Formats: sequence, structure tokens, C-alpha cells
Amino acid sequence: MCEASGRCGGCGEAPVRRRAAPACSRPRPCVKCGDGPAAVVIRIGDAFCRACFREYFVHKFRAMLGKNRVIFPGEKVLLALSGGMASSAMLRQVQEGLSRETAKRLRFVPGLIYIDEGAVCGQSLVQREQTLTRMEALLQETGFPYYLASLEQALELPGSILRRGPGGDSEPSPSYKAAVEGFIQQQRQEEANGDGGTSPAGLGTQDGPAGGSHAHLPAAARTEELLRLFDAAETLTAKEELLQMLRSHLLLHTARTQGYTKVMTGESCTRVAIKLLTNLALGRGAFLAVDTGFVDSRHGDVTVVRPMRDYMAKEIAFYNHFFGVPTVITPPLHAKRREKTSIHRLMENFLLGLQVDFPSTISTVYRTGEKLSVAPAESNGELQRCLLCLCALDIAGEEELALEPTLVKEDTGNGAESRAAFIPLLCYSCRLTFKEMGPPATLPPYVRTEAQHRNCRALMKQQIQEFLLEDDEEEPGGS
Amino acid sequence: MAAPVSLQVEFGGGAELLFDGVKKHQVTLPSQPEPWDIRNLLKWIKQNLLKERPELFMQGESVRPGILVLINDADWELMGELDYKLQDQDNVLFISTLHGG
Repeated sequence: MCEASGRCGGCGEAPVRRRAAPACSRPRPCVKCGDGPAAVVIRIGDAFCRACFREYFVHKFRAMLGKNRVIFPGEKVLLALSGGMASSAMLRQVQEGLSRETAKRLRFVPGLIYIDEGAVCGQSLVQREQTLTRMEALLQETGFPYYLASLEQALELPGSILRRGPGGDSEPSPSYKAAVEGFIQQQRQEEANGDGGTSPAGLGTQDGPAGGSHAHLPAAARTEELLRLFDAAETLTAKEELLQMLRSHLLLHTARTQGYTKVMTGESCTRVAIKLLTNLALGRGAFLAVDTGFVDSRHGDVTVVRPMRDYMAKEIAFYNHFFGVPTVITPPLHAKRREKTSIHRLMENFLLGLQVDFPSTISTVYRTGEKLSVAPAESNGELQRCLLCLCALDIAGEEELALEPTLVKEDTGNGAESRAAFIPLLCYSCRLTFKEMGPPATLPPYVRTEAQHRNCRALMKQQIQEFLLEDDEEEPGGS
Repeated sequence: MAAPVSLQVEFGGGAELLFDGVKKHQVTLPSQPEPWDIRNLLKWIKQNLLKERPELFMQGESVRPGILVLINDADWELMGELDYKLQDQDNVLFISTLHGG
């Protein structure tokens, strides 16, 4: 079943190079049913017809959720949509899954969110308005509750967003099986009571957009503030990281305020492989598993899930094309720039370039990443966390680590607002990114508030240190 | 001498941004000594349709890695890729899966 280069990247023989298919005008038959004309080549040389491809694609999504068992029946799940290929395909899979016959139906309660990032991607107001209108029409059509947000709203977030929520892996969660059984029983009871038909927890009801977000653009002053923040970032790499940070905080905030406990994002296998290498280069090696794994539980109360990470970007593009999945494509942050503008962009080019000649490149990188597991420290709720990415700080043992480049030499700010005051609060990678961002005064207010809060606490702790009873420091061997 | 060929050329997934945002192009390739194949078509697109930054669409004589090609709704890997001989009324679709548009 698995391709020749399956487990170890083509051991034994030379890496499988793509062979040029013979030129012919009529495609060969599907390898699965042997009947229909092949329409798409997935993996190396496996040509599927449309019907078989669809089955394969739909099955993969269910298998991914079934295998991991992290989404409980009746749970509220927020789907993060960008209008792009992968997240649109994800939405279609959820729709398909919910419309199936009872035995195979997905049983969670979805909500949708779209974040308008037009301001930082160089879109005009008219363009943003158009995109927003198209996106809203698309979301409305699903009948799921939806939220429209703009990146500007990230500037109004509370500082508490940077604190880990209660819960997470540390608390014992009920077994998945018990939860499913409980859910089915509850459903039967409801059916017996005569209000079958409608699913529990108000599935399919039109909550409408929350927060009065009826397709309108944020105030111009906010947009300017956001642009100042991005303009102050020196490199495109820093801008890219900044965008990801604001986006994830905004998603987290929406999930928390609207009572969602899971967020689904649509990173494809291709995207995950690129992210793996990018993050390595950015010094985020310690967090690869949280940043790219199926489950990301760094926030504690809200878990990010990546159900599309088994699909190649190619599979998604073909699926969307064959089955008419609507997308709303907007230019990304770095559209139409030179090739080597950011580490993210460079990695994408590198991997996709290799993939042309060695078609198992991406799946090999992806599968290598699969083997990483979350460090035990990461699931500990008590640990100090990075101010920006909320991962457990990886800077213990400062002497052995090459932290020198992360330290700030020249200091122009004053007191708590100086750059140096932020550094101890950040992980290795965020320190590097932080150095490429503008002066602290341009940072989003919630980041500054939380930084002050943390610094105050640290200071206070220092002051009262000698009065504290240390319970876990029984120094072995005396002084 | 190959006769002129009429094609529908389409761009999607962000590739249209390099073509003034126009997704569908009805094109007629002029007659030329050798028959039209995808290799020649790409050259023609570069000269006639592409509005900006050819390096974001092409690499060498082929498309940039990450851009998918569909000929009459089928993967071009099934059709001989660059060597596919274009027929009249064929449909060629380019879909970008790249993040950078």
C-alpha cells in the first residue's frame, strides 16, 4: 500500500525520481477501481479517478478525527477559515461529515470564523469590502454560526489572552468512549421526548454573526495603528511571525469568549512540512511538536487541532476543483516580492523545488515531524510561558545555550517599556523575532500590559523572596 | 505546419493575481511550424498573457514548483506534462498552491 520510498525515504535503491509519463491524450485507468479514467496522480504514480479520489479524500478526514479522538461529541468547535484552499476544503469535509447518516456522522457543533487580514496585505478598502462580502455570503450559506473579525481587533485584546487557561492535559479528561456513549444516550432520550430532528446544542440554528460584525471594516485609526506595528518590523520574517501571532491570539480570544473548546485550522501536509523547517530555522525547535502536531494544547482551555495535516496541497487543490469547493483567495503578506524575502518563503521554495524531482520529499519531512512528541514540560500548567507564543520557556540553563544573540545591548527605552525588560519574558525564538520588531511602544497594547503585569509580579516576588517558605527546595547535602 | 489552436486557459488559487486577476482567458494560438505543446504554450503565455514577475509563474521552461496544471480537468502528469500535444478546444488550468501568490 505504501509507496516504494515509504518508510525510509527510498532506502536500498536510489531515491525515486519522477519518471516522465508517456505522452498520450487518453489517461490510463484508475488504480483503485480500474474502471474510470484517472484524473489525478497522488503519491508516486497512483492515478485515481474522480469517484475513488473523492472517497479517499473524505475517508481521510474521518480517519484523522477518528484516530486521534480528541473531539468529543457535542463539543463546540471553531473552524478557522481564511478563504484559502485548505481551510475551505476543511469546511466542506465538516459539512459532509455532519450530513451523513447517524452511525457515521460527525457529532461536534461547528462555528466558523474568518479574520480579515487585508490591512497588512496591502489591500485597498474597496478590495477588503469585496472580500468580506464574498466571504460572508459563503459563511452564511453553510447555516453554521459564524464570526467575522479583522486583524485590527487584535489590538483590543485583553492582556489575559497571554495567560494559559485552566484545564488542559493535567486534568483527567473523561474517556472518549464513555463520552460518545453518553452522547448517544442523551440523543436517544431527546428523540423519545419528541424533539428529535433538531440536533442538541442548537446545531444548525442561526446564531448570526456575533459582536455586531456585519461585514464592516474597522475604524481607520485602528488600521493605521496596525500598519505602524507592521511597518516597524524590520524584516519580512518578523512581519510573518507577527501576523501569525496576532491571528492566533484573536482566534483564541474568539474561542474563549464564545465558548468554543477546540479550534480547527487547515494546515495541509505541505504547509506542515514547510512550517517544520521554517520553525527549525527560526530557533523554534523546542516547540516543533506543538507548532505542527495534530493537537496543540499550549493554551490550556482551548485546544488547536489540525485535521488537514494529512493532505498534500495538491490533493486539496484537485478536490476543490473537482467538487466545486468555493474559495476566496486574497493575496498573502508577501505577495509578488522577491523570492528570498523571508525564511518562510525561502523554505517553501526549497521544499517545493526538491519535491519536483523527489516526490517523497514533503511526506518524508512530514513523517519525520510526526515522530516528535510534546515535551513533558509543555503540558505543565505551572511553567512560565513565553509572552508572545505562549510556549513553555526554553531558556533554562542559560550558560549552555547560545543566548548571547538574544540579549539587547543598546537600550533606548525607559524603565518597564524598554526592550531589555521584555527579553526575560520571551522564548529563544521570540527573542530573535522581538529584536526585529519595532520599539516596544509600537507593540499591541495587550502585549505591553501583560509584560508590565508579569514584570511587576516578578519584582514583587523578588522583594518578598526571603519571607517565602520554599517547600520544594530541600537542598541535598546542606548548604 | 500546425493549424491555429483555440484554447481556454484558466488560472486559480492565486495564480490569477499575476494575470490582472483575470481567471479565464480564451486564446487562439497562431499557426506555427511545429505542433503546439504545453512547453510552447508556456512560452506563449509568458510573452502574451503574463502581466508581471514571470519568475513567480515560470521556472526554466516549466511552471514554478507548487503550481498545478490540469489539462481537460485531468492531472497533467497523466498527459505527458510538457510534451502534451494541444488539441483544438482544450482546456488548460493552472492552480497555484503557493503561499506567496
